[in-house]
Amino acid sequence: MSKEETKLDTNGGSKVLTADSIYRGVLIGCASLILVIVLAMLIVIGQGSLLSIREFGFHFLIGSTWDPVKGEFGALPFIYGTVVSSVIAVLIATPLSIGVAVFLVEQAPRSLARPIGFLVELLAAIPSVVYGLWAIFVLAPFLRVYVQPPLQTALGWTPFFKGTATGVGMFTGGLILAIMITPIITAVVRDILEAVPVTQREAALALGATKWETTKIVLANASSGIAGAVILGLGRAIGETMAVTMIIGNRPQISVSLFDPAYTIASVIANEFTEATGDLYLSALVEMGLILFVVTFIVTALAKLLILSVGRKTRRTA
Amino acid sequence: MDSRRITNTVMTTLTAICALGVVGILVLIIGYIAIQGISSLSLAFLIETPKPVGEGGGIGNAIVGSLILLSLAAAVGIPLGIAIGTYLSELGDGWFGTTVRFVADSMIGIPSIVFGVFVYALVVLKQGYFSTLAGSLALALIMIPIVTRTTEEIVRLVPKSMREGALALGAPEWRVTWDIVLPAARAGIATGAMLAVARVLGETAPLLFTAFGSRFYNIYLDEPMASMPVQIYNYAISPFEEWHAKAWAATLVLITLILVINIVVRYTTRRNY
Repeated sequence: MSKEETKLDTNGGSKVLTADSIYRGVLIGCASLILVIVLAMLIVIGQGSLLSIREFGFHFLIGSTWDPVKGEFGALPFIYGTVVSSVIAVLIATPLSIGVAVFLVEQAPRSLARPIGFLVELLAAIPSVVYGLWAIFVLAPFLRVYVQPPLQTALGWTPFFKGTATGVGMFTGGLILAIMITPIITAVVRDILEAVPVTQREAALALGATKWETTKIVLANASSGIAGAVILGLGRAIGETMAVTMIIGNRPQISVSLFDPAYTIASVIANEFTEATGDLYLSALVEMGLILFVVTFIVTALAKLLILSVGRKTRRTA
Repeated sequence: MDSRRITNTVMTTLTAICALGVVGILVLIIGYIAIQGISSLSLAFLIETPKPVGEGGGIGNAIVGSLILLSLAAAVGIPLGIAIGTYLSELGDGWFGTTVRFVADSMIGIPSIVFGVFVYALVVLKQGYFSTLAGSLALALIMIPIVTRTTEEIVRLVPKSMREGALALGAPEWRVTWDIVLPAARAGIATGAMLAVARVLGETAPLLFTAFGSRFYNIYLDEPMASMPVQIYNYAISPFEEWHAKAWAATLVLITLILVINIVVRYTTRRNY
């Protein structure tokens, strides 16, 4: 912004110019560091996975045997566990988060919206390991006694709720993930709803729409941003480690029943990394990390693009 | 007409129930931690090191460990984050700035355990041992993009007229940033930095195989280091009732620290995030 300024500055001359170029140089250097870090992560983690990639190739992603003793590593059960638990989380958290955001932005009076919004944000500040602790000793026993048996009697004929209800497993894992990503999705949806111009609401209300019908119009206009928020939540759910590790049961199997124990990519890294004996075992775990890295990076980038698109659209019409 | 009104009432009530439900979950979690944790909390628990089952023990070394890990991480992560955030706000409108902003945003979405894997492969594997430095590096990497984004948001709020005024008086660019813009945004930048600290205070996954954990007081940076979240994890997954109680007590300490930082920081700055 100030190339001209420095040129015009005749009495300070070259001294000012060098000070400013140092300033710019340092800041650009720091900014480049972020690119260097991400690139270094890709290279180092990629290098660590090389052994496993060479050994198994594409088969790593579709193999379903995880046997460190025999040296056989297939990631499919973990990919399955990650995908299913994250999808459960998103399915529960999306309507819940939109509900909370709509309440905070469209309905609650300001005096109520502020404290409630703050409390919802606090939920995001609770560490993963604390959610895990709570899930083990409070959520799981509760679900085992009060939720899973009725679910089984009502829907036991479907393949999704078979087996013994232990409280630990895919179902509980998905549920705790849902609680964890709700404040994240809520915060983004809230920002997006607030960015929708008030004139839209006024127009709808003036035409005789009820409060809810107005909200529907607002939601429709913000839909791509909301999609972004949900994808952001999905990315978080995919990478969540501690809480899931503590509650999902940690058994590498592909079972349709949600009451059965499962395993996720992040959990297997957390559990087995320090005890990985042998280069191939370690390399297979690092490749798990590579999958997680690439997938979450792309998912988050996609979410950001969607959210940004809404920001631009509403700013232009506002 | 009637059915529209009914839908309206039903949906309005539903959204209120969603909000109440989520707040209810928060109360349930924090309430349970408080009730369970307070009974095992004592001065000895805050000072002693972990001991075998039945012999008591506490989280003294974990508290000190977390403090050391965090201080080191903050010393690297916060200045870097502020520098990058300042760059993005003051100079980052070109393609390079856009790229950096986008990468920083996406970096926030990388799971913390991936940073652990990265630091393990980069540092621990080469050195051959777990260390405090490795743990701090992992935490610092997590902090950088968070501080970057909050700093940029805040610094952008400083009115353009202040910059123009200073430039018009003949101040060089670096002085405008250093003496005018950053001091004006000081409170907000501190808020962002503190929230980043609160965030990594609870990080467990990246420490599991970098700082690893330790049963002793330790101040050496090239040795494994205990931390509160890892200690909670180890207590929680053990099969012993006594250790479960310790997990709750340690959680109470951790969650109190995190919530206090969050509440104080948000109440001292008027802008809500």
